[in-house]
Amino acid sequence: MTDGAPVNGSVLLTHEVGLHARPSVKLTKLAKGFSSKIELAAAEGGPWIDAKSIVKVMAAKAPKHTVLHFRAEGPDAEEAVAALIDLVASDFPEQPSESVAR
Amino acid sequence: MNDKVGIVIVSHSPDVAKGAADMVRQMVGNEVPLAFTGGDPGGGLGTSVETILAAIDRAWSEKGVAILVDLGGAETNSEMAIEMLPEDRQGRVVVCNAPIVEGAVMAATEAWGGATLDEVRRTAEELSPA
Repeated sequence: MTDGAPVNGSVLLTHEVGLHARPSVKLTKLAKGFSSKIELAAAEGGPWIDAKSIVKVMAAKAPKHTVLHFRAEGPDAEEAVAALIDLVASDFPEQPSESVAR
Repeated sequence: MNDKVGIVIVSHSPDVAKGAADMVRQMVGNEVPLAFTGGDPGGGLGTSVETILAAIDRAWSEKGVAILVDLGGAETNSEMAIEMLPEDRQGRVVVCNAPIVEGAVMAATEAWGGATLDEVRRTAEELSPA
């Protein structure tokens, strides 16, 4: 079921406010949808934090122009890293299910 | 449905309670059962056991309900409300020791992912200064 090899990926954070509250929630929600273990770091050498932990992701406070590194391990590791990179690269688009005031 | 822990926000101010709930809905979405209550029945600042009970009912989930409170009375009234719940529900409602707005957003994010009540509470409380 698992093929062992960790999957890595990185992406430049271009979101104006960086990895603040709303982007953090989106990233965490997306990560939670995968069964793989997923970690995130704001520098290549870490420290690595659990991408499914909203408190840790928000506490990382990654500013704009940070290169975010992801690594995942598990059955859907590849899809997970691809989806997370896509979320960051596409600048955290609003999901249709979310109502946006203003 | 009802596969996510519910969140209840209890503030002395109806505006604060509603505002915190708005933030949860906007940031986390509508999939998590959510209810809020604030103010005393006379229209002033305060909390009421009765409206807290009703809020727990609105946000009820078989997985339980996590309550976020602001100051003293909100906490004691929430605890009183829990004591007045039917016995089979009492063990499934907790008051989180966390800041009301941040705690509600964190708890709801965790609940959204299908976490248990204990995990939801711990996530909200992770925020509190050590």
